Amino acid sequence: MTTQTQTITQSKSGISTLGAALLVAAMGLGLMVVTGHVQAATLHDAAHDVRHATGFPCH
Amino acid sequence: MITRLLTSALFAGAASGLIAALLQLWFVQPVLLHAELYESGALLHFGADSNIAAAQDVGGFDLVRDGLSIVFTMLIYSAYAMVMLAAMALAEERGAQISARTGLIWGLAGFVAVHFAPGFSLAPEVPGVAAADVVLRQIWWFATVGMAAVAMALIGFGKGWMAWAGAAALLLAPHVYGAPEPEVFTGPVPTEIGALFAARAFGVGMAAWALLGAFSGYFWSRQIGAPAPAPST
Repeated sequence: MTTQTQTITQSKSGISTLGAALLVAAMGLGLMVVTGHVQAATLHDAAHDVRHATGFPCH
Repeated sequence: MITRLLTSALFAGAASGLIAALLQLWFVQPVLLHAELYESGALLHFGADSNIAAAQDVGGFDLVRDGLSIVFTMLIYSAYAMVMLAAMALAEERGAQISARTGLIWGLAGFVAVHFAPGFSLAPEVPGVAAADVVLRQIWWFATVGMAAVAMALIGFGKGWMAWAGAAALLLAPHVYGAPEPEVFTGPVPTEIGALFAARAFGVGMAAWALLGAFSGYFWSRQIGAPAPAPST
């Protein structure tokens, strides 16, 4: 009985790590696109120097 | 878990992003501003006959422009940290040790994947140079970064020559295929400035990524943002 409970808890925490990792990675990618790649004029002008320095395709 | 990932990422991203921004403002920004004098036409150089002084006054700290650069650098490095810490958490679950020391290697691998691999064909460029369509370059950039990131994982965690051969193929493929290039070169900026800019951008990027990895590993291993352990009874 004890063994069974442990197994379930472990697999649950495994799923939550994967889910949390995927969610946070997706948020990070989204933030990267907004700050580094979206070509809207205001964002582009604000981030212009950083985009050049980090080697993101600019203009 | 999500709170812990986000907290570590924001701490690491803010710390390394701030250092990256200061390094950039000191070493990269004057080169960029110098190039803009040629981009705007304020300076014109005529190849071997140029008599324009190599040292130019490019102005000092611009509160709005450089302030925005600092904010955006911290945001971009936080974004990097979110992706890297997500990968770190998954690696730790599979037995990898995550600390400031091992984080340094993660950071250098991140620099190779996100900054150096795409920059090998799409070099960091000063304003005013000729370039292909920005959307095509962005597609190539994301594809190259994705493939290089998988290659780094194969080198770090793969076993046997098949993994390493796969990594080499993934690293080479985008450059053998070729990045979107302009039809003609129209850059008005002296090559000395362009070369210095690319070298400085890579150098600052490498330092900042190494710090980002070390900070990420440090904050993650310190359990920053993790729920307090249940009191033992």
